[in-house]
Amino acid sequence: MSIVKKFLYVNRKAPYGTIYAQEALEVVLIGAAFDQDVSMAFLDDGVFQLTKGQDTKEAGLKNFSPTFRALGDYEVTKLYVEQESLDERGLTLDDLQDIQWEDEDDDYAEKPSIIVVSRAGMADVMADQDVILSF
Amino acid sequence: MATLHTVNKSPFQNQTLISCLGHAKVGDSVLLMEDGVYGAMSGTAMSEVVAGMGANVKLFVLGADVSARGIDASRVAEGITSVNYEEFVGMAASCDRVQNWL
Repeated sequence: MSIVKKFLYVNRKAPYGTIYAQEALEVVLIGAAFDQDVSMAFLDDGVFQLTKGQDTKEAGLKNFSPTFRALGDYEVTKLYVEQESLDERGLTLDDLQDIQWEDEDDDYAEKPSIIVVSRAGMADVMADQDVILSF
Repeated sequence: MATLHTVNKSPFQNQTLISCLGHAKVGDSVLLMEDGVYGAMSGTAMSEVVAGMGANVKLFVLGADVSARGIDASRVAEGITSVNYEEFVGMAASCDRVQNWL
C-alpha cells in the first residue's frame, strides 16, 4: 500500500520564452500516473501561462495552453493562482482560461480548477506540501 | 546614427528592460520581443516606468509574440508600435547597429 503525498508544482516563468512552463506541464502529466495529491501553483510570471486566447501560429511555436484544460482528466484539479502576481501584471481572473474539472462524487458537476489566493495564502499552500518541484 | 535595441526578457523577472532604456540614446528604437513583450502591456506595475524611461526612444513590439502570449492588441500601451517579422528585418537592416539585451 503506497502512501499518498502532497506534491506542488511551482510555476514562476512565462510561457514560450523559456522551456520551463512546457516542461512543468509534461512532468505534471507524467506524475499524474502515480496517484498522488497534486497541485499546481502559479505566481510571478507563471500567471502568464494561464492567459486565454494564446495564438502561436505566427510565432511558429507549439501552443500548449489548451493542455491546462485537460488537467482535470488527470485528477489535477487545484491550480493556485496568486492575486498579487495578477495585480502587478494588470491581469484579472477574466483574462485567464476557464479551467474546470468534473467531480465524479457530485454527479460530475463541473467545478473551477483555478483557486485565486493571496501571497500569504500561497505561502500557506506551500507550507502544507510534502514535496515541492519548482519550474 | 541610431541603434535598434532588442529586449527579450520579462520586465517582471529581471532588470534587462530597465537597463536597456537607461542606456538607449535619444532617437534609438527599442523592440520588445519574446518575453519582452510583457513590458509593452498597459495597466501593469511596469507600465509607468516603461512610458517614462522610453519617452525619448521609439518603442516597438513584435506582434507575433504578443498574440502567442494571449495579450489582446488593445492591451499594448499607447505609443508602442506593433511590427511583424518582415518589418523587424527592415528595421534591423536600416539602423546603424543592433544591440540585443539578452
